[in-house]
Amino acid sequence: MYEQQGSRHRPPAIAARGLVTTFGRGARQIRALDGLDLEAPAGQVTAVLGPNGAGKTTFVRAVATLQLPDAGTLRVGDIDALAEPHRVRRAIGLAGQFAAVDDALTGRENLVLVARMFGHDRRGAARAADAVLDQLGLAGDGRRLVRGYSGGMRRRLDLGSSLVGAPQLLLLDEPTTGLDPRSRIELWATIRDLVAGGTDLLLTTQYLEEADQLADHVVIIDHGRVIATGSPGELKGRAGRDRVEVRVRVAADLGAATDVLARFSGGEAPQVDAPNRKVTVAVDHGTDRLSDAIRELAQRGVPIDDVGLRRPTLDEVFLALTGRSADDADPSDDAVAA
Amino acid sequence: MSTTTATAHLIDSTSAPRAADAFVERPARHGASVTGAALAYAGRTLRQFVRTPQLLVVNSAISIMFLLIFRYVFGGAIGTGPVAYADFLIPGLAAAGAFFSGTGAAVGVASDVESGTFDRLRSLPIHRGAVLLGRSLADTALGAWSLFVTVVVGLLVGFRFHGSLTDAVVAAALCVVFAAAFTWPFIWMGLIAGNEQAANGMGFMAFPLVFVSSLYVPVESMPGWLQTFAEHQPVTVMVNAVRAYAIGDDAAGAVLAHSAGWYALRALLWSVVIGAVFAPLAVRRFARS
Repeated sequence: MYEQQGSRHRPPAIAARGLVTTFGRGARQIRALDGLDLEAPAGQVTAVLGPNGAGKTTFVRAVATLQLPDAGTLRVGDIDALAEPHRVRRAIGLAGQFAAVDDALTGRENLVLVARMFGHDRRGAARAADAVLDQLGLAGDGRRLVRGYSGGMRRRLDLGSSLVGAPQLLLLDEPTTGLDPRSRIELWATIRDLVAGGTDLLLTTQYLEEADQLADHVVIIDHGRVIATGSPGELKGRAGRDRVEVRVRVAADLGAATDVLARFSGGEAPQVDAPNRKVTVAVDHGTDRLSDAIRELAQRGVPIDDVGLRRPTLDEVFLALTGRSADDADPSDDAVAA
Repeated sequence: MSTTTATAHLIDSTSAPRAADAFVERPARHGASVTGAALAYAGRTLRQFVRTPQLLVVNSAISIMFLLIFRYVFGGAIGTGPVAYADFLIPGLAAAGAFFSGTGAAVGVASDVESGTFDRLRSLPIHRGAVLLGRSLADTALGAWSLFVTVVVGLLVGFRFHGSLTDAVVAAALCVVFAAAFTWPFIWMGLIAGNEQAANGMGFMAFPLVFVSSLYVPVESMPGWLQTFAEHQPVTVMVNAVRAYAIGDDAAGAVLAHSAGWYALRALLWSVVIGAVFAPLAVRRFARS
């Protein structure tokens, strides 16, 4: 991965070693980051994946120079982020967990404000703002007050605010949390376009699917520590296999369906859920096996009501890696990390 | 040496074409100047005021309400010697106007904390004091607006300025300076509160300072222990300065112990002290990481 063109001579976009950040004192002290070692390669999209309270936001805040860690080292590119935060601020763009856009301003005014903070003059700021509005497909809404924007538009504008400075490294903290599925997919497309040209991107997410959609490199963290890294495919592999699920129309066909599916599992017996007329089997290369299964069932004349492919979720990855569910994360951490 | 070149590469990234370059020109390398950033933020805050009429209306309504209640309800029972109560009251309200708009400032700051706006601003390459300076400028402008409203309503309910035109200009300038000074404690409160409700509560906690002063009643009418405090606290000094200019030399001797200049000098000193204490506190709180 480091052999990709252009990244060979560049230091990692982010290199954190032994980061510790604590909140509170004494017995109630929480270690939001507990010796975090994390490297985000240059020229790639890195997703930090973890449940609420894992330390994702705390990490992003440390990289964005908003929170000085108690211990450890942190480099952003070639900059020692803890010693020279002002230089980091020239190189990053941050979009936090909540769209920090101003309701009383138009979309364009929001962007102009940030552009001016980057030292653009009035005309330069206007040009930069218009370019970003175009890029995000908000050109038609740029002169409307943000008050009237939908949740998805606000997020997109917030993303735009992090772009007007033409950052080298983009930090997106849970960019799609709280969005409806359609807005989420639209935002994914926008983010994909952005990074196509090579902007380094670190994003945090609670969704394995999001990491899978956007990231080359996934870092799973829990309780302020890295528990796994790899490509999305590798991590899903470690969490267990895809599952093909078939519901037959008549219960009498359950046996035939089980026979068909058993051939794909590589030895593992399919699970039969007779009351629901459902058969499930773990497979490798789920998409291929799904179409195989549909074809064979059709050939055998087995009518089916429903068929689907279930991929491992973050929950399952988590269960596999930690032996507990992602939902079991200590809820008391949430308030701190948020 | 090698570090320098590598850094230049990271920031300018001239060596490889990047998508970012294609749609946004490179900004100046060092971010906005303190003045530039402060004015940009002040501009956005003023826009907020103008486009949130509820804010301006509620703000003015509260100070007008206090004005009318004291002018017509309590005023008759308050003895101010040869000076008409309207002439006694209005300069005081003008001088202490910051307390009526201050809560709004604290709430505005807290809302920027809550919404993540300040996080974004803190991640930008600007001096961290610049944002708060901009906030202070905008709130001072709002204070000047409140001053205008107070004087206009005051004139309608019988207030007359008895000094010279120069006195009027000096008095107005003093009011604006006081407003500017008091933006800082309220900005600081907003930062500490961190959310709008708490900021609202903290803003109201400043009100005793307004009442235990010479603003509404002569301090001589208070019990001795309170009188000592009321006489020397900054609001009284500021109120007396503006009042001395407004009621003119002849009448001033009847209700005030000292000359306009005596009060004005001390009021300005208080303003400097308040700014010098609370501005660094606020900036430190803002920059805290």
